[in-house]
Amino acid sequence: MSTVSGRIDFYPTHNHEGYRMRAGDIFPFGATVAASGVNFSVFSSHATDCTLVLFKKGERDPLVEIPFPPEFRIGNTYAMTVFDLDVENLEYGYRMDGPWDPAAGHRFDPTKIVLDPYARVIGGRDVWGAGPEGDNPYQHRGRLAFDDFDWERDRPLEIPAEDLIIYEMHVRSFTRHPSSGVRNPGTFAAIREKIPYLKSLGVNCVELMPVYEFDEFEGHRPNPETGEMLFNYWGYSTVGFFAPKAGYAATGRLGMQVDEFKTLLKELHRAGIEVFLDVVFNHTAEGNENGPTISFRGLDNKTYYMLTPEGYYFNFSGTGNTLNCNNPVVRSMVLDCLRYWAAEYHIDGFRFDLAAILGRAPSGAPLNNPPLLETLAFDPVLAKCKLIAEAWDAGGLYQVGSFPAYGRWGEWNGKYRDTVRRFITSEAGVNREMAQRIMGSPDLYRDRGATASVNFVTAHDGFTLRDLVSYNEKHNYANGENNQDGANDNYSWNCGAEGPSDDPAIIELRGRLMRNALAILFTSQGIPMLLMGDEVARTQRGNNNTYCQDNELSWLDWRLLEENADQLRFTRLLTAFRHRHPVLRNRWHHSQRDYVGSGYPDLSWHGLRAWQPDWSPWSRMLAFMLCGRHARGGTVLDDYIYVAMNMHWEGQGFEVPRLPEPLSWFEFANTGIPGPQGICEPGEERRFENFPNLSLAPRSVAILVGKTPADREEQPWLSK
Amino acid sequence: MAFEVISRMESGDTAILTLIGELDAAAAPDLRREIELLASGDTVTRLVLVLEELSYMASAGLRALVFAKQKLGARVDLYLVGTQAPVVETIELTGFHRSVVMLETLELPGQATG
Repeated sequence: MSTVSGRIDFYPTHNHEGYRMRAGDIFPFGATVAASGVNFSVFSSHATDCTLVLFKKGERDPLVEIPFPPEFRIGNTYAMTVFDLDVENLEYGYRMDGPWDPAAGHRFDPTKIVLDPYARVIGGRDVWGAGPEGDNPYQHRGRLAFDDFDWERDRPLEIPAEDLIIYEMHVRSFTRHPSSGVRNPGTFAAIREKIPYLKSLGVNCVELMPVYEFDEFEGHRPNPETGEMLFNYWGYSTVGFFAPKAGYAATGRLGMQVDEFKTLLKELHRAGIEVFLDVVFNHTAEGNENGPTISFRGLDNKTYYMLTPEGYYFNFSGTGNTLNCNNPVVRSMVLDCLRYWAAEYHIDGFRFDLAAILGRAPSGAPLNNPPLLETLAFDPVLAKCKLIAEAWDAGGLYQVGSFPAYGRWGEWNGKYRDTVRRFITSEAGVNREMAQRIMGSPDLYRDRGATASVNFVTAHDGFTLRDLVSYNEKHNYANGENNQDGANDNYSWNCGAEGPSDDPAIIELRGRLMRNALAILFTSQGIPMLLMGDEVARTQRGNNNTYCQDNELSWLDWRLLEENADQLRFTRLLTAFRHRHPVLRNRWHHSQRDYVGSGYPDLSWHGLRAWQPDWSPWSRMLAFMLCGRHARGGTVLDDYIYVAMNMHWEGQGFEVPRLPEPLSWFEFANTGIPGPQGICEPGEERRFENFPNLSLAPRSVAILVGKTPADREEQPWLSK
Repeated sequence: MAFEVISRMESGDTAILTLIGELDAAAAPDLRREIELLASGDTVTRLVLVLEELSYMASAGLRALVFAKQKLGARVDLYLVGTQAPVVETIELTGFHRSVVMLETLELPGQATG
């Protein structure tokens, strides 16, 4: 019987300074622990030579430098297996030789050691905020990953998109505040300790702001006012696309970030919570021609970056460079990367930062049929992953509603955000557009269904919900950019005083506006997304762009859970209500007709008078009703739901539509009633006594449920 | 500080490995060798690692535990006894605690005490 150890390819053929090697496997790219050694595979379209540089972990000077012999090179790839390496203590990089000719797009510099773009673990910056060593010539170092994690029976959850409630959060901000009470604040492990909180909040998906290795010291500087250090805190600037950020792991100092992150993912899945990654394939941490050479620039500048005819960097991302995503080589890397995270980390979905860039040709021109977006949409590994685009870029390409979707891509619906903001701050004449947003934006996503729309009122970019109703203007001076950074069009309203206020009327009004936003968000068709902390009215003190603030401006203060317990409860009950009612979660758009014979359209619009919506340019009142017999396209029976929205500054009386026998209306929530009385447990709604007259306080929203007076379980036709 | 493994069998089906010192990258192969030795027979149903005198465990050490679990398969229960706080923390942070039984002292379930 022959054994694998008898295979000839397990024996070295070459020797370099005592290190034994043989020609390696080209696939997979990167460094891979193999039976006979470590396989290194890297490519560069324009390099003339490549040298593997090996280090003992943490040491400044290399252990050995092994040039790739010519016979280890096929096409533009270099592959080599090196035997007898201490895999636990190994760091590696490459020296690339090639032309230095910036005008032609080439910036090879063999004096520099560059990071493998496929490095699956990146060491050198293992602890958050522990700065770079000045004299270290190789800061971000490739290490080996061990794919021996015990996933038990875990796999991606594949929750239907229409059933998702997304919670957008920053790994460090979530638990870094001293009030979090966790053992390792600001880490993957700490999120694990807070899973019960996420569960109780009713979210079933967390979208993590960037977790790929980034350099928090990129562009760091002291705050001119306070001297406090400002960091590249959010991390929208990637060092390595295949490696989780070491500084986000309590075990980063041990190099075990992969295990810690996978453990978090496994535990979130166990709790029924999906994980989306916010991925940044539009630019890298290398900046423009004045930035550092970390990896791509030194490896194959002309391939990885969009360059002007003079060899300078296009800047569609607003951050110095633009990744050349529709170069076939880069496209393959992006695909390899996403496949890796889906397969090896069981990631459930991806949100693509400034995704409009991914549809630009190497020249920068928008493509009609962008190959990268098409490839991702049809990839078999990614087939069940949710793909969500931030459908605009900093170069002026705005594609909300027109992003090339191939039936697969969803979008951050920026128009939902803006319309809801204008509506709840009592702008007149928004009704018609608001109706589209509540229906899942069929005007934007006619053939793509409601789940193409990720609905949000707030996200990491911009005001928090509380600041949205507390500030007319952004207050970004703490960022040290003279308040020039961050968006100016916030559609915000301070309710009568800029910033914190002691006036009980202002405080009450702000609370009501926040509840209005939440009530609308969770009764809209599409996928709702909640920003971390909005459930407890987190403030950033008017800063709408805390990308550099590693402090209380960004961190979630867990004392708010008590301080704003009513808003937290309000949010929890709304998410529970949404989960309970499939009629709120249609995958496809409503027809506004009756196609099941219930006598009611699937969705109908109303105004102060039932069946008479006011679409006039001065109206601020709108109501809608969902017919429970049309839930999920008529396949599921649910209750009827009626939502009345009075955004006028005076109270209004709404006429509630009549229900079919034997149903009656019950009141679930009324944002005009502050405190715990304003909402109840789903299923325990109070009977609505004054039918058909619903009196709504100024600027408030009511949600009614139409169901049988008796226990619904007793009604045979209302089967569960 | 050096690393030492003391191996003994108890009642035919229980292997007890006592780990002393620091389980770092250099020491991990010693542990893996002991585990492979145990795995080559099929009498063992319980592997007990006594960690009372183990002061440090590098990632390589933890990998050796992962290796033990995977090499011995589901038929073997893995017990860690008297694990010191810093080592416990590493094990918990990386999620390995779900695959093992952590005990304060060497009193195995189903075994007479005293």
